[in-house]
Amino acid sequence: MTAIGQEKRSRQSAWSVRLRPLAFIAVLLVLWQLAIHRAPGHFLPSPWGVVRGLADLTSHGLLVKYVVASLFRVTWGFTLAAILAIPLGLTIGWYRRAEMAFNPLIQFLRPISPLAWIPIAILWFGVGDLSAIFLIFLSCFFPLLLTAINAVRNIPAVYINAGRNFGLSPGALVYRVLYPAVVPQLIVGLRITLGIAWLVVVAAEMIAVNSGLGFLIVDARNAGNRYDLVVAGMVLIGLIGLLLDIGMRSLEKVKSFRWSYSEE
Amino acid sequence: MESTVAITATPTVETKLRAEHISMSFTRDGESMPVLEDINLEVGNGEFLCLLGPSGCGKSTLLSIIAGFLSPTSGEVKIDGEIVRGPDPRRIFVFQERGVFPWLTVEGNIGFGLFKLTRAERDRRIAHYIKMVGLEGFGKSYPSELSGGMKQRLEVARALAVNPDMLFLDEPFGALDSITRLIMRGELLRIWEAERKTIIFVTHDIDEAVQLADRVAVMSARPGRIQEIVNIDIPHPRDINSARYLELRTGIFNQSGLAHHL
Repeated sequence: MTAIGQEKRSRQSAWSVRLRPLAFIAVLLVLWQLAIHRAPGHFLPSPWGVVRGLADLTSHGLLVKYVVASLFRVTWGFTLAAILAIPLGLTIGWYRRAEMAFNPLIQFLRPISPLAWIPIAILWFGVGDLSAIFLIFLSCFFPLLLTAINAVRNIPAVYINAGRNFGLSPGALVYRVLYPAVVPQLIVGLRITLGIAWLVVVAAEMIAVNSGLGFLIVDARNAGNRYDLVVAGMVLIGLIGLLLDIGMRSLEKVKSFRWSYSEE
Repeated sequence: MESTVAITATPTVETKLRAEHISMSFTRDGESMPVLEDINLEVGNGEFLCLLGPSGCGKSTLLSIIAGFLSPTSGEVKIDGEIVRGPDPRRIFVFQERGVFPWLTVEGNIGFGLFKLTRAERDRRIAHYIKMVGLEGFGKSYPSELSGGMKQRLEVARALAVNPDMLFLDEPFGALDSITRLIMRGELLRIWEAERKTIIFVTHDIDEAVQLADRVAVMSARPGRIQEIVNIDIPHPRDINSARYLELRTGIFNQSGLAHHL
């Protein structure tokens, strides 16, 4: 076979690999539509119904409004948690005594679901954005804190010793060795935590606020069993979650971050 | 005892390092475990000394104490007459487990300890040592893109770049294949002859020790003690088939109680 033929073939197969999942989803959608068509009932709205639901939301200006509302809360809760939990976790991980002092409290608070905090969130912050942001903050804070603590503790001693050997001051040791050594683990932690935040915002919005994608789902059911809108909300949540994850994953591709101890 | 094996040796040059009555014990599960017992050692300026011993004899611990990473339970290490109280950029440790920073490029690693220099001077040194260890063309590469031998050379370059008086090497070639290891020994000798640093080199490989060192300090199994110090009086480049080489090697084999037949 000629080189050109081979190249053409490999390009074709790369395309088919990329198209395969999309084709599979298309097939499922068609089957879903057909199934609803043959047995209309209250089992699920049809895909076409969901599309019309999305169009409905768009025409009322609710789609953008709700997506922005949910992203707004996630951004604030997640960012605040990262700003507080990461430096605190790095400090606790670095000083063994601090870890001994904090660990029992962290281990006690960590298994409490952020959803269990909903009544207290409403008591403190009322029904509104602050409550939802607080819940997202809580859901992100402990995973990020533990990620940061473990990231410091997992730094191989040779890096710290090498840094000390070259005469770095304590401050320089933190930003030239400790920080770069924990970044890959922190990125993984941030990625997982953003996924958690996106799960929790939906639950928080079902109870503590009256806008956002979680509210859309509850409201669509309560106000007239609009299951097309319920599923439309689910589809939006899935799509945005996927986009957030792709965004975080692109961080992992940065070259000076893309190494791990296991590779050594 | 064969006459070829010197029990003690006094370096003819000035003393660089003196370890006096070093003992070290670790506490494990509430029990005190002696690792090193009454180590006395002198190393001359510009000398290449090998610490040779079986695994677990405490030779790496001894090197960590000399480098200032660990404090001995008793005794003290003096370098240039000063008691060692911590690591120091004048004495660089080259780690067994490849201590190059994976988040920095080759240039970033070599320049790591040069933060007090001007940019121009730093760039000049980086270029010089990249060339010395044969990593030309890899300046912008990350360690994950290098082979094991290249990473080890990079670590040696990073150490040399800060122009230390002493180098401590802890089984630096242990993880390399035997061909790369031979090449690296030659490279290390070439660099040592060019820069004349005082080198303390930890190894469990008798051949490696006899090929490289001016003197070999043979350590016993735990608790580690210095059994004897052997002068390797063969000039470089050493013929590893010469009678003298084999004689010294045999002497150390006998001393360590190892058999010649497998």
